[in-house]
Amino acid sequence: MLKILYFAGLRETLGQGSEQLELPGGVVDVAGLIAFLAARGGQWARLTTLRNLRYAVNQEMARPDSTLRAGDEVAFFPPVTGG
Amino acid sequence: MAVRVQEADFDVGAELAALRQGNRQIGALASFVGLVRDVNDGVGVSEMTLEHYPGMTEKALATIVSEAGQRWPILDALVIHRVGRLLPTDQIVLVAVAGSHRGDVFAACQFIMDYLKTRAPFWKREMTSAGARWVDARAADDQAAERWQG
Repeated sequence: MLKILYFAGLRETLGQGSEQLELPGGVVDVAGLIAFLAARGGQWARLTTLRNLRYAVNQEMARPDSTLRAGDEVAFFPPVTGG
Repeated sequence: MAVRVQEADFDVGAELAALRQGNRQIGALASFVGLVRDVNDGVGVSEMTLEHYPGMTEKALATIVSEAGQRWPILDALVIHRVGRLLPTDQIVLVAVAGSHRGDVFAACQFIMDYLKTRAPFWKREMTSAGARWVDARAADDQAAERWQG
């Protein structure tokens, strides 16, 4: 299973803050997961069109080619605005 | 070195006193306090809600403080960042750095704030006279962080 989290404005756009998902066949990295999620259509397609989408794998900032494995925690969010 | 993420307010004087207590090597203590303003991008702000990514936030802050400790010979550092609902004039964040000399602690304090602004997973949502809005990241914050690289 993957644990997927969505934060801030992205959470509102998608209408949910988290989900559990079996690692889809053929998905090996973050870019693959984004393509898989966006293929659901509707608001999910926004994942591929959003400028500045950020992501983390196991609570570390990640890149499109960051590898995914079953059990990982993946988070998607807009650029951070703390401080 | 310590990082705290909390809803409660903090007492700057008490935190600074605790940070330097009993350490006779400390000759310089720099601090920064970030506050909620009542205006942003020309629009009045009546309140703000800070969301974060529990778990990753603490790790990201600890990593930033640790990196500051590798770049400058500092003796101690503290980061407190509030989350939840905040009002104009409320304190949001405290960064304090203690060391032997002012140059190192000034630089390390600024470095920690610049990296916090661009790498720690916090998001601000403002309530304004024109409705609620998520605060956009600023290019100036990215530029401020980039000047510490290379």
